Amino acid sequence: MYLVEEAAQLADRVFQLWIRAPQVARHARAGQFLIVRAHENGERIPLTISASRGDAVRVIFMAVGKTTGYLSTLKKGDVLSDIVGPLGKPSEIKKYGTVVVIGGGVGIASTPIIAREAKEAGNHVIGICGSRNKDLLILEDEMAAICDELFITTDDGSKGIHGFAASVLEQLLKERKIDCVWIVGPAIMMKVTSNVTRPYGVRTFVSLNPIMVDGTGMCGSCRVTVGGETKFACVDGPEFDAHQVDFDSLMQRQRMYVDEEKASVEHHHHGGCGCCGSEQR
Amino acid sequence: MTASRAVREVRDFNEVNRGISAENAVFEALRCLDCVRPTCVTGCPVGIDIPAFVQQVAAGDFAGAVATIKRDNMLPAICGRVCPQESQCEGACILGKNEKPVSIGALERFVADWEREHGMTLPGTAAPSGRRVAVVGSGPAGLTAAAELARFGHAVTVFESLHEAGGVLTYGIPNFRLPKEIVRAEIDQVKRLGVEIRLNHLVGRSVSPDELLSYDAVFLGTGAGLPYFMGIEGENLNGVYSANEFLTRVNLMHADCFPAFDTPVKRGCNVVVVGGGNVAMDAARVARRLGGEVTLVYRRREEDLPARAVEIENARAEGVHIVCCANPVRVVGEKNVQAVECVRMSMCELDESGRPKPSSIEESNFLIEADVFIEAIGQGPNPLLVSMLPQLDRAQRGNVVVDADGQTTLARVYAGGDVATGAATVIWAMGSAKKAAAAIDRILRKE
Ligand SMILES: Cc1cc2nc3c(=O)[nH]c(=O)nc-3n(C[C@H](O)[C@H](O)[C@H](O)COP(=O)(O)OP(=O)(O)OC[C@H]3O[C@@H](n4cnc5c(N)ncnc54)[C@H](O)[C@@H]3O)c2cc1C
Ligand SMILES: Cc1cc2nc3c(=O)[nH]c(=O)nc-3n(C[C@H](O)[C@H](O)[C@H](O)COP(=O)(O)OP(=O)(O)OC[C@H]3O[C@@H](n4cnc5c(N)ncnc54)[C@H](O)[C@@H]3O)c2cc1C
Ligand code: FES
Repeated sequence: MYLVEEAAQLADRVFQLWIRAPQVARHARAGQFLIVRAHENGERIPLTISASRGDAVRVIFMAVGKTTGYLSTLKKGDVLSDIVGPLGKPSEIKKYGTVVVIGGGVGIASTPIIAREAKEAGNHVIGICGSRNKDLLILEDEMAAICDELFITTDDGSKGIHGFAASVLEQLLKERKIDCVWIVGPAIMMKVTSNVTRPYGVRTFVSLNPIMVDGTGMCGSCRVTVGGETKFACVDGPEFDAHQVDFDSLMQRQRMYVDEEKASVEHHHHGGCGCCGSEQR
Repeated sequence: MTASRAVREVRDFNEVNRGISAENAVFEALRCLDCVRPTCVTGCPVGIDIPAFVQQVAAGDFAGAVATIKRDNMLPAICGRVCPQESQCEGACILGKNEKPVSIGALERFVADWEREHGMTLPGTAAPSGRRVAVVGSGPAGLTAAAELARFGHAVTVFESLHEAGGVLTYGIPNFRLPKEIVRAEIDQVKRLGVEIRLNHLVGRSVSPDELLSYDAVFLGTGAGLPYFMGIEGENLNGVYSANEFLTRVNLMHADCFPAFDTPVKRGCNVVVVGGGNVAMDAARVARRLGGEVTLVYRRREEDLPARAVEIENARAEGVHIVCCANPVRVVGEKNVQAVECVRMSMCELDESGRPKPSSIEESNFLIEADVFIEAIGQGPNPLLVSMLPQLDRAQRGNVVVDADGQTTLARVYAGGDVATGAATVIWAMGSAKKAAAAIDRILRKE
């Protein structure tokens, strides 16, 4: 059993949990994730390790379905059945020079740990946090404290620069030499944003989020096509060279269970499992 | 042996083979000739004293019989169900020359089940040695190594990456062949010997190589869990599974009970499975139970099917349609699988395995309508941990190289089961683990 040490809501439908999991916390590095099975009937879902502190790790997630909906109802002192991690390869962090770390939406959750390690490796770190509007923006203070420079963008202009992270990135690439870029967010955002760096030949990493089961390389559910080859995101990734990734296939595979997911949430509602409050928000 | 039903419509996951009664067990055991030089034992990879236990069954001493088995095999209810006895102990039984061999497997299963109902007893253990051994993986190899080492008096920690112990016994072999409560009961016995099983620990990630090597000795039983894919067009369409994923979703995550359990699986109205081994048969029979019309496609001839005859028979009885001499070449569909395009195969000259080599017949392509396609074409050793221990020599397919004792090329590190042999059987995994445990005990005692 894994104890929830802290629980908080960060933004509309976005929640944060600090969970006690020593074997994960002690080994966690930037770019890695964990898999949680919340309870005996639960699904195993992957969540990025957003920070670690002593024996605890932090995850930040958006309540989009049954499991994340359930997790959003947890309070300090509740327990989770299973946590395994850290999974996946750590980010390839070294001294590149100037690096840009971009988070889109809940993907911002992954950025502080990457930015911090990049900074510690001696890079000049520029952060870009993009969200739909100011109420959905998370971790601004944390990123501001780590990064040498931080840009905020919102789709509706309610905070920071009106527009997408991609436009800020484009501007930066025009103005100065950028040596490496990390982009974490929804697949479509990663696809669009990484296209910006392509003509400049700048090394660009994206963190892929296919549907997973075990997270240890034994099922192939997470297979993605990178540079024409099949890779298992859970062990070969989750970070890959953005310019080699087949995003369309990734997005199609992410939709494999849309019908089942709807059925699952409905069952959950009528099953009265106590998470309806959060879902009606 | 009585199969629960030989009808086509199976929808439940209850065990198909129901075992034998006490009277029948005694009656069967009485057929044993109690040979002076018993050949059956030579057919058993863990060397169970088969004549002794069979005589005990004949005398009605079921408790004695199970104690005899457990001296050499801590997982008798499992082995009694899944071992290919026809090619092992029963295959070597003298009676088999002229009539049916003694049903050793059914007897093993019977006494193990009898014990579970009447209270399980533990074999004795030696005094604590003060030495610590790490075992990686809780499949049959890891469990056997752990039980043996604990009985030798060593402090054993098993690391398992999944949230349940058992390896393939838990996530791969379906309930209708091996009920999970039986797997759990036998694993509990191993724990009661003092073995600590740490679930949710992926060695190489949650436990660093250095932490692992800080134990006095290490046994690697990480199995052959890496699924191979055919590499054909359309393989990433929605509805294409490796057998491992399909079986894991159902056996480990209970997707058959979705949405009461959260994990979904595509049930499929028309399911095509490619492969001809036990894994393929299991996938096909599970798909059948989820309500699909199931076609199994195999590239060689019917007589070449590597699955156990009884599994092929069961699959057929349950309505699995088997198409031999055919091979998928493309998965057809836009987003979801719509059909599987296959090509007919002709059999040419014999290959290294002594079987005729299949080669595709030009322009013989045909389509099988499908919404789910499952690939069961084999698995290789899980590379994650072994690739983090560069001193480990590996052979062609990634198998860890070991000597006759299970010793790897890294001092104090032993390996057994599928990670060393490539995908094999439960009992071979157990046999190699036993040898390695004995060798580990020898080096720990010498020091
Ligand atoms: C390496 C990795 C890291 C991730 N990190 C985060 C994170 O830090 N924060 C966050 O909010 N989300 C993260 N995700 C996505 C997260 O796992 C899914 O949102 C979650 O599984 C949804 O589960 P659900 O039951 O609530 O929703 P569902 O109703 O099951 O599904 C909703 C959406 O989630 C996707 N999804 C469903 N099951 C899975 C699964 N097993 N694996 C991946 N995606 C799935 C579906 O495609 C669908 O679009 C990550 C995914 C991966 C692969
Ligand atoms: C569907 C199916 C049906 C089968 N049917 C039969 C049958 O009827 N009869 C028969 O004799 N054989 C059968 N087999 C083969 C048999 O199951 C295997 O040969 C046997 O399980 C091998 O045992 P093992 O202990 O070596 O590996 P496994 O059973 O594969 O166990 C390995 C374990 O190690 C864990 N692991 C891997 N890497 C790590 C790591 N780095 N850290 C921590 N844990 C790790 C895995 O999660 C797994 O639990 C079948 C196999 C399959 C897939
Ligand atoms: S999630 Fe199963 S192999 Fe990656």
